[in-house]
Amino acid sequence: MLFAIAVLAPLFGSTVALLLGRQIGDRASQAITILCMLLASACGVTSFIDLIYQGGHAGVVSLGSWVSVGSFHVDWALRYDALSVSMVAMVTCVATLIHIYSVGYMSHDNTIWRFFSYLSLFTFAMLMLVTADNLLQLFFGWEGVGLASYLLIGYWYEKPSACAAAMKAFIVNRIGDLGFAAGIALVFWQFGSIEFADIFGAVGTYQDATYHLLGADYRSYEVIGVLLFIGAMGKSAQLGLHVWLPDAMEGPTPVSALIHAATMVTAGVFLMARMSPLMDYAPHALQFVTIIGGSTALFAATIGCAQTDIKRVIAYSTCSQLGYMFIAAGVGAYQASIFHLLTHAFFKAMLFMGAGSVIHAMSDEQDMRKMGGIWKLIPVTYVIMWIGNLALAGVPPFAGYFSKDAILEAAWASDTAIGHYGFWCGLLAAFLTAFYSWRLLILTFHGKPRADHHTMEHVHESPWVMLAPLCLLAVGAIFAGYAFHEQLLGADWKDYWGAAIQIAPSNHVLANMEEVPGWVSMAPTVLGALGIALAYVCYMFIPGIPAAFTGMFGGLYRFVLNKWYFDELYDAIFVRPCMALARQLWVVDAKVVDGMPNGVASLATSGSGRMVKLQTGSIANYAFTMLIGLVVLVGVYLLFR
Amino acid sequence: MTAFGFPLLSLLTFLPLVGVAIILSVRGDEKAVASNARWTALWTTIVVFALSLVLWAKFDRSNAGFQFTETVAWMPQVGLTYKMGVDGISVLFVLLSTALTPLCILASWESIQTRVRDYMIAFLVLETMMIGSFCALDFLVFYMFFEGVLIPMYLIIGIWGGPRRVYSAFKFFLYTLAGSLLMLLAILAMWNFAGTTDIATLMHTVFPKSMQMWLFLAFLASFAVKVPMFPVHTWLPDAHVEAPTAGSVILAGVLLKMGAYGFLRFSIPMLPLASADFAPVIFALSVVAVIYTSLVALAQTDMKKLIAYSSVAHMGVVTIGIFTFNAQGMGGAIFQMLSHGVVSAALFLCVGVVYDRIHTREIARYGGLANRMPGYALAFMLFTMASVGLPGTAGFAGEILVLIGSFKVSIWLAIFGGMGMILGACYMLYLYRRVMFGKLTRADLMSILDLSPREIMTFAPLVVLTIWMGVYPSSFTSFFDATVNSLVEHHQAALAATTKLAGVAH
Repeated sequence: MLFAIAVLAPLFGSTVALLLGRQIGDRASQAITILCMLLASACGVTSFIDLIYQGGHAGVVSLGSWVSVGSFHVDWALRYDALSVSMVAMVTCVATLIHIYSVGYMSHDNTIWRFFSYLSLFTFAMLMLVTADNLLQLFFGWEGVGLASYLLIGYWYEKPSACAAAMKAFIVNRIGDLGFAAGIALVFWQFGSIEFADIFGAVGTYQDATYHLLGADYRSYEVIGVLLFIGAMGKSAQLGLHVWLPDAMEGPTPVSALIHAATMVTAGVFLMARMSPLMDYAPHALQFVTIIGGSTALFAATIGCAQTDIKRVIAYSTCSQLGYMFIAAGVGAYQASIFHLLTHAFFKAMLFMGAGSVIHAMSDEQDMRKMGGIWKLIPVTYVIMWIGNLALAGVPPFAGYFSKDAILEAAWASDTAIGHYGFWCGLLAAFLTAFYSWRLLILTFHGKPRADHHTMEHVHESPWVMLAPLCLLAVGAIFAGYAFHEQLLGADWKDYWGAAIQIAPSNHVLANMEEVPGWVSMAPTVLGALGIALAYVCYMFIPGIPAAFTGMFGGLYRFVLNKWYFDELYDAIFVRPCMALARQLWVVDAKVVDGMPNGVASLATSGSGRMVKLQTGSIANYAFTMLIGLVVLVGVYLLFR
Repeated sequence: MTAFGFPLLSLLTFLPLVGVAIILSVRGDEKAVASNARWTALWTTIVVFALSLVLWAKFDRSNAGFQFTETVAWMPQVGLTYKMGVDGISVLFVLLSTALTPLCILASWESIQTRVRDYMIAFLVLETMMIGSFCALDFLVFYMFFEGVLIPMYLIIGIWGGPRRVYSAFKFFLYTLAGSLLMLLAILAMWNFAGTTDIATLMHTVFPKSMQMWLFLAFLASFAVKVPMFPVHTWLPDAHVEAPTAGSVILAGVLLKMGAYGFLRFSIPMLPLASADFAPVIFALSVVAVIYTSLVALAQTDMKKLIAYSSVAHMGVVTIGIFTFNAQGMGGAIFQMLSHGVVSAALFLCVGVVYDRIHTREIARYGGLANRMPGYALAFMLFTMASVGLPGTAGFAGEILVLIGSFKVSIWLAIFGGMGMILGACYMLYLYRRVMFGKLTRADLMSILDLSPREIMTFAPLVVLTIWMGVYPSSFTSFFDATVNSLVEHHQAALAATTKLAGVAH
């Protein structure tokens, strides 16, 4: 019951704010959405404690029937187990803090009710996603966050760039969703149901089932795994379908925090963990997951090193961190991927809102080249950003250290070539992460002020309504890793996860993690420290280095700065040809497809026009025609008698 | 006469004609006549709708056969009877027709100012024809209603339409008629073979395979135009663009469904072998329809044309679903037809709202309306999302069920048919962005007004339906579930019988 309230309260708040927002005003809309969020997080945390610490029983809260056609039955139901309850507790708490932060951040906006309504809608969709008891409801939440992100990214709809980014996010996500939907279809035809309980119960039965595709037979599980992962790639912005994520920065900063931390992008990782009982029997699909995850982790980190927009740097770091989570999922360490998801939620929300606080202070400036020298003016934000970056870079004993280390150890411990590929990608990315994090810190806060004095005069610390949520998140970013790592990943992980995460009997990754060589555990920390050191050298002690570097390797620099030219590439091979084709087809439709019936019609008109001319009205003509007709008829008759 | 005590379906069908009689009997000055015609039409259609709710309440959902049947011998010497009845497939379309017509009357309240009386009469006659064709259980009776629809619709486009109305009306009429004549021939051939045009009997008549092929082609000629399927869809954009708003609403909402209904009612149960053989052709045409017309929609500069092309794409999904011959695909197709009936009707109404204010459908003339029209923006967004097939809105259940059903046939059919999911998002969001988002710059848009109470009343039922069909589609699927299952069994039994025969012959 409490669990259902946790999920539905945000929906209530959102609906009230949306429908009555203009009548009841901004204050009331804020109050009602935030109250609903507080209620939701209270219920969420209570359910969490109930299940994990008070020995509550996992189960399903049924809300009613949804779709039922033939043998296809799907219910609205909330799944109550360790995985969903951890996610619900995290999502509700982080989202509540973001709501509160938004009170300060959005205080100058015109349609505050609309913003809060969308925020709550976003939270609700994410909660439906994580509590789904079947794939279709998961898809409901999945598309729901897509809708909410579309609305929020395009919140400032008068800005053309915001509209474009919103559309891009929705459409790119849809591409992945098609894969996801096809995956659901295959699951249905394989298992005869898309309820998790039925699927997981029958995993053993259909192990050897095959699916015929492109002239070869593949194991069904592999095909399902790949199709579902394509969906995850769209939502979690993995290599190839990542292009929407950086553009999503067009939305207000609290939205970025929500998209990047608690909701939306983590959905793909969650899906992998949720489907773990099935995924674990699809080793090839998992290898694909690791390859994409590892590549994304490294690829996004390189781009992060060259960006100058403070939010974009953090955006690419999200992309990269999601890659880590997929590395872990790919090697079968689903627990580690969810662990990183949870710790990441805290410090990434913090980093984004900290960046928002900086932007707020700098009169809406986002370019780091125009910042600098403000650390004394906004000390709280400065400390917050330090903590966030320490956690992100994986410096012990901050949260990110435990989860990132676990992922890399798992990748190594998997002891496969692909797993090692993931490990090396992750290791290099750890170095780059530390580097760009400190580059961000130094460029933003240190050195000489590069903003004009007008802006500098206005630099001020944000109000407490914005800082308080940050401080609370900081607690999470500092302690979450230390507090939970033993419980989630230790030898007794089954006590925590219960049946929520099931792995194949052959999967010993978690146990093997304990036995990796010492240097594997040390390496990320050492490389992280080196990255930090390099950033100090380049941006504080010898500031000439970056310029010299870009001069020497101009091509490489531009390549990275322009995000590996993915947008340009897609524009050239998809967007423009598609629009050109559309225009061509329209002409074809009007001229050719429509031309044929019109041609027949005009043929008929002109033909009948000629026929009309035969009707001369002269009796002699008609008599003559009759005579000819008679002769022909008689002739034919005689000939064929 | 009927199990229900009185002939409900006939009453539903012919009650609108009583309204016509009342409107015709009114005399007076033009203004009084117009106002009288409006109110009479509105009340008549509301009464019909209220009466049709009896169907909703009393329909036995577990019964796959025909219900509320009524039979009157008409021309017994040729085996022709007047027979009415509904089963799970048709009952919801009757309700869709009765629900949309009052909304159309409301939508025409102010936008139609010339020859109001004739307009209302045309709409009432149209309602009779629509309900009749979904209720008819005799093929020839069906044919009469099916063709009868053309006349009022032809007049609605031809008299109250836009500048090129005569061209469009002719095109609409001739295109549809040409196809239907072949169907008439097919009906005669069936009558010749079976000695009756009774639908229930024909469903269990086994036609020889070669005959099935010809009959199927003849039906296809008629239904494909009506659906419309690629490449005979080009009458639709023209008809939509020129038709008045309410005409578009009823055209997209109900008339397009008649083609797909024809496939479900006649082609598949009566001609199972031919249907199975022609399924790949239908799939190919449908996939082309989905991808091709979606792309064409992307390039449109006229709002109504864009939505018209999107209708073709959505109906492509329907025809894919019908010919998958499994419960998921067929059920999904029926649901998609219903949801498209609601959603596309609503989208045309959305266009009508701004057209009534600014008198243009040119997309480029708009922009930034969200600022001045928040209520309208909300409704339009909901319908856009429903058209895109967002879960929780009407468009979703049908689309995902068809995708699942078509996956059974082939993964490629599912993927290419599912491309509509992506392309649909492209053209609808692009439309929404150009009309609603951006800066409000044009002077005449600065003072544009949000929805009036009458418009809110028109939209409210559609909003409710859109969400209801998304959140609790079971209340609709339960109507046709039994019928669809028996249709699937019937089809499989028919195919199995032939393979058995073939086995004996060898």
